[in-house]
Amino acid sequence: MSRLAEWSRNARLRANEVLSAYPDRRSAVMPLLYIAALERGSVDEGAQRDVAELTGLTAAQVQSVASFYTMYKRHGVGEYLVSVCTSISCFLLGADDVLGAIIDETSTPDGETSEDNVFSIEHVECIGSCGGAPAVQVNYELVEGITEEKARELCRWLYGSRPKIVLSDEMQQLFGGTCSFDWGPAEESGAISAVPSLEAYGSAGRESQQP
Amino acid sequence: MTSILTARMNEYPRDSHELATYEATGGYTILRKALAEMSPEAVVEEVRASSLKGRGGANFPTGVKWGFLPPLYPRYLVINADESEPGTFKDRQLLERDPHQLIEGIALSAYGLEVNHAFIYVRGEYPKSARRIERALAEARGEGYLGKDILGSGYDLEITLHLGAGAYICGEETAMLNSIEGKRGEPRIKPPFPAVEGLYSKPTIVNNVETISNVPWIIANGGLNYAAIGPEASAGTRMFSLSGHVKRPGNYEIIMGMTWRDFIYDLGGGIRDERALKCWIPGGASAPWFIPDLHLDVPVTIDDTATHGSMLGSGAVIVMDETTNVVAAAHRIVRFFSHESCGLCTPCREGTTWLENVLLRILSGQGRSIDMDLLLDISDNISPGLKWPPAQTTICPLGPSSVSPITSIMAYFRAEVEEMIASQEAIIV
Repeated sequence: MSRLAEWSRNARLRANEVLSAYPDRRSAVMPLLYIAALERGSVDEGAQRDVAELTGLTAAQVQSVASFYTMYKRHGVGEYLVSVCTSISCFLLGADDVLGAIIDETSTPDGETSEDNVFSIEHVECIGSCGGAPAVQVNYELVEGITEEKARELCRWLYGSRPKIVLSDEMQQLFGGTCSFDWGPAEESGAISAVPSLEAYGSAGRESQQP
Repeated sequence: MTSILTARMNEYPRDSHELATYEATGGYTILRKALAEMSPEAVVEEVRASSLKGRGGANFPTGVKWGFLPPLYPRYLVINADESEPGTFKDRQLLERDPHQLIEGIALSAYGLEVNHAFIYVRGEYPKSARRIERALAEARGEGYLGKDILGSGYDLEITLHLGAGAYICGEETAMLNSIEGKRGEPRIKPPFPAVEGLYSKPTIVNNVETISNVPWIIANGGLNYAAIGPEASAGTRMFSLSGHVKRPGNYEIIMGMTWRDFIYDLGGGIRDERALKCWIPGGASAPWFIPDLHLDVPVTIDDTATHGSMLGSGAVIVMDETTNVVAAAHRIVRFFSHESCGLCTPCREGTTWLENVLLRILSGQGRSIDMDLLLDISDNISPGLKWPPAQTTICPLGPSSVSPITSIMAYFRAEVEEMIASQEAIIV
C-alpha cells in the first residue's frame, strides 16, 4: 500500500516541483525515485508504489525503471556507501588493492552491507576520475588519488567520527592525493545519505549544519 | 597555446564558476547581442561555418546535425553530460569549473534551433557537477538569462536538469531520450533519428557538453575564425583526458595536430618511473589501441587516428607501461561493457559476457589453446568481419566497442596471450 501520506511536507513539495519540470509526468520517475529513496531509506517496493502513484504509472512500470539503474538501491544500503572505481585507469594504478583494503578494513564483502549497517561496499565502473586514479566515492562524494593505507584511514575515520554530511573536499584533504584537475574552492554542500546530493531532491547537506 | 574552453578557469582558478566572474569576463553579453541582433538562422550558420564536430565520441559535424531538424515544433535540445566512457573526465571539469559557459552555449544554441525547452542530462555519479549546474541555472534565471522573455527579446527558454542513475548506455543519444522520458535506458532503433523523432517523439538535437561549451566563443568570434584554428578536418581546440601510467595525468585543451609522441612525452611528461611505453588507447575504452612502434609519430587528429584504425572518440587517452598485463587490461575493459550492456540485443548481451568469461579463464590460469580463436570468433559474431569502423549487428555501438580490446591484443600482443595460456599461471583468482 502506498504510504505517500506519510511523506514529509518537504518531500511532497519537492516531488511536485520535479513533476512540473517536465512536459510529461512519466519523466519525473527518475528524480522521484531519488526523493523516495531519501524519504524511505531505499527504493524498495513501497517506494516504487509511491512513485507509481505520483506519476500515474503502474508499479511494474516503475519497477522496470528502478531495476535498470544501478544507483537505485532496492535493498537499501548502510550509512556510508563506499564505491570503489575498478575500471581501466583506476585498475592500472592499483584500484583492486584499494578495494581489497576497504573490504578488509570494514569486514564487508564487495556488494554487501556491514552487520552494523554502517558500511556498504561496492566496486563500480568508471566514475570519471581517471586523472586522479584510483578514486572512490562515499555516498557519491568523490575522493581522488587514494592509496591502500589512506583508504583504510578513510574507513576508520567514517566509522569513528560518523559525519552527518559527507563532504568531498574534507575527505580529499584528509585522505586524497592527485586530482583529475584543480577542484577550485571548497564546496560547502555534501551528501546526507547514499542519494546523490542535490538541492532539488533535498539530499544536499551544508557544512554549516555539521554538528 | 590557444585556450577557448578553459581560458576562464585558468585565469580565475578560485571562482571561474561564479556568475559574477562569468559576467565580469564578458559572459552573457554574446547572448544579449545574439538575441538583439541575430536571427536564429544566423546563429546556426555561424556554427555550421565553424566546422565544429561533436565532442561526445562520434565526431559528427554539429552544424550538419542541426540541419536535419524538420520545420516542426516543439523541438528539444538535450545536453549530454552523461560522461561515462572509461578514461574520460573532461566534461566534469567544464561542468564544475565553468557552468555558465555551458548555459550560455545552450541558450545560444536553443535560440538558433528555435527550442524553448532544453535538458541537461548529468550522470548520477557527478553530484558536484549537478549542484554547480543547479546553482548556475538558478542564478541565470534570476538575472533573466533564462525563463520568459529573455533580456526583453520575446524569446523563452527553460532548462531542466535531469540526473542519471548509473547507466553508461544512457550516453547513447536515444537511450538518453528514453531515460528522460522515464523509461529504461535502452537505445532505440534508428531511423528515425532524434532530429526527426526524438524526445516525446518531437524533433530533438542531442549535443555533448564540450561541443556546446564552444558555442559562445564561436558566436562571439565568428564561425570562420573557429574553423581557422588547427588542421582543416579537426578544427578548434579539443579537450583530452589523459590517464594511466603517465607522469602528468589531467585534462588538456589543445589544438589538434601534434604527434602522439609529443602528446604523451611532452604534455603528459612521459611514463612514470621512466618505464617503457607499452601501448595506449587514443579515444576511450571503445577505441582500438595504439603501440609505440607504429603510432608514436601519427598526428593527433580525427582523420589521422581513423586512418590508423582507431578514433579520438571521447578524447580519453589511457596510457599503459611495460608492466601492464594486456590480458588483464583487456579483461577490465570488456568487463565494463559486459556490465553496461543493457541486454536488449543478443550479440552484445551474450557476446560481452562470453568475452569476459574467456578472458577471466585465461587470467585464472585455466586458459585453453582454443581460447584465442574463441575470443576472435565471439568478437566476429558481435561485429562481423572485425573491421574498423566496426560493423554492427546491434541497435547501438556498445557491443562492437567491446571488441576493440580483443582485436588490439590479438594484433599486437598475440605471443603474450599465447604465453599466458601456455603458462597456466593465475594472476587473479
